[in-house]
Amino acid sequence: MSLASPIQEPKKSAIDWRSLRDDFPALHQIVHGHPLIYFDNAATTQKPRFVIEALRSFYERDNANVHRGVHELSNRASAAYEAARARAAQFIRAKSADEIVFTRGTTEAINLVAQSWGPKNLRPGDRILLTEMEHHSNIVPWQLLAERVGAQLIFLPISDDKGLLDLNRLDEWLTPQVKILAITHISNSLGTVNPVAELCRRARRIGAVTLIDAAQSAGHCPLDVQEIGCDFLAFSGHKMCGPTGIGVLYGRHELLEAMPPYQGGGDMISTVDFHRSTWNRVPHKFEAGTPHISGAVGLHAAMDYLDRIGRKNIAQRDHELAAYAYERLSRLSGLRLFGPHVGRAGLVSFLAADVHAHDLVTVADQRGIALRGGHHCNQPLMKQLGVEATARASFYFYNLEEEIDRFVDALREIQKFFSR
Amino acid sequence: MFDDLHDLYQQMILDHSRSPRNFRKMEGANRRADGRNPLCGDQITLYLFMEGDVVKDISFQGSGCAISKASASLLTDALKGKSRQEVKRLFDQVHELVTTGKTGGDDVGKLAVFAGVHKFPARVKCAILPWHALIAAIEGKVEPVSTE
Ligand SMILES: Cc1ncc(COP(=O)(O)O)c(C=O)c1O
Repeated sequence: MSLASPIQEPKKSAIDWRSLRDDFPALHQIVHGHPLIYFDNAATTQKPRFVIEALRSFYERDNANVHRGVHELSNRASAAYEAARARAAQFIRAKSADEIVFTRGTTEAINLVAQSWGPKNLRPGDRILLTEMEHHSNIVPWQLLAERVGAQLIFLPISDDKGLLDLNRLDEWLTPQVKILAITHISNSLGTVNPVAELCRRARRIGAVTLIDAAQSAGHCPLDVQEIGCDFLAFSGHKMCGPTGIGVLYGRHELLEAMPPYQGGGDMISTVDFHRSTWNRVPHKFEAGTPHISGAVGLHAAMDYLDRIGRKNIAQRDHELAAYAYERLSRLSGLRLFGPHVGRAGLVSFLAADVHAHDLVTVADQRGIALRGGHHCNQPLMKQLGVEATARASFYFYNLEEEIDRFVDALREIQKFFSR
Repeated sequence: MFDDLHDLYQQMILDHSRSPRNFRKMEGANRRADGRNPLCGDQITLYLFMEGDVVKDISFQGSGCAISKASASLLTDALKGKSRQEVKRLFDQVHELVTTGKTGGDDVGKLAVFAGVHKFPARVKCAILPWHALIAAIEGKVEPVSTE
């Protein structure tokens, strides 16, 4: 399956998805008197026992600071931390572990690029090209940068109500003033899968640097930074079965080399005297202070766990669930669905006539169904769609068709409840 | 079905959210404040006409969930003719009502329908949003107020 193109039509997958639920302790609980249906996976996923155990085992046996001690535990912790880095490189097919910077998550990764790469490379009048479907974390850091250097933000429009980017007009937007293109791989509110390889290829032709926000894709489909051809890519561990507080910035080596440090402190330096310091080599130059060591260990376990299932299989399962939900929801009356009709990632955004998303989500919660209601950190997009908020059901491989059935039944009841 | 929810979404709340009272822009208002709940996109503008210390007229516009809309609607109904002092006392009582379910006084009247909100912590800010805007308007603040 090609990454760049929308996920293919599904064949029924051979994996026993139901049995994988046993790996996730949090899925098995009663919420407000009903078995939990967790449909807020785009916000964060649940954690398999394999990851929880990896964290526990690290703290019970190997805990020490990294790169500092010479004692046994510090050696083990350092080795585990660097092994996670190597694993992350392999996970996204980076050329080397030196291209992997650990961050707190996608947000920090994007801020790092904006603050470190940005001021050195942007001049007044230069342009930063985003799209209309970006998460706030891929808008606000660029606004801060634009203000600082006098650059301008421009937004590639969404072409129609199906939530696809208007690629026919891409050349109008890719002008020589554009110095960086920063785009989301999968939209967290529409479920659109953007053709990132194509976008990067076109951006490269005009010499622009590219950044991919892979927050919604890293745990959902295979990623290959070389095939995508991006300069930077960011993702968060917690959206892919890993712990919170750990994420990855991938950067092409020569770009990272040329960038100044992001924060100052321990670990990121090579020598310090009272008035000046020299920087450690990449990627350590960007990791000031004691890093989230256990987080990296947990992320390593998460990557192993996902690859044991197979990310191709997960992508296909996402697609099956989303297509099933979309099909069932489109048969309900009084419902407006957002995003592409086909080739969508594993989520559905919708609005019920006369029921505000926030009310809908409160009532669903009383049925044990965890949804998200609001602007999903996409306020400009919501404005563009002419709505204040939508409700969103986002799936992961451990969700079941019968959960979607229960959700659809609940939606019917909710519509009735609010029309009384 | 949804027994616990009837506490939150009482009939009066649904009625007011569907046909809010005093739902208009007020020409000639001498106080105004915006209330925003950035998380869910609720957004209301409150208009006041005050004569001295007394609320002579009050109206609102905006969009939001059933709770915030009904809260704004019932608020406008409750406040006409009240003095600044009385408004502040009522605010305190409503605040207690939506956070604890108890009323600290007997002024709340119809607003008692919001007692069920305290069982839904995530929704307290929806109910209280118009009240924050109200206090800002009475104090004469001009910036939008936010519940986040
Ligand atoms: C598309 C997208 N980008 C970025 C983020 C931010 O991720 P984090 O909060 O983990 O930094 C999210 C998470 O909501 C997202 O969905």
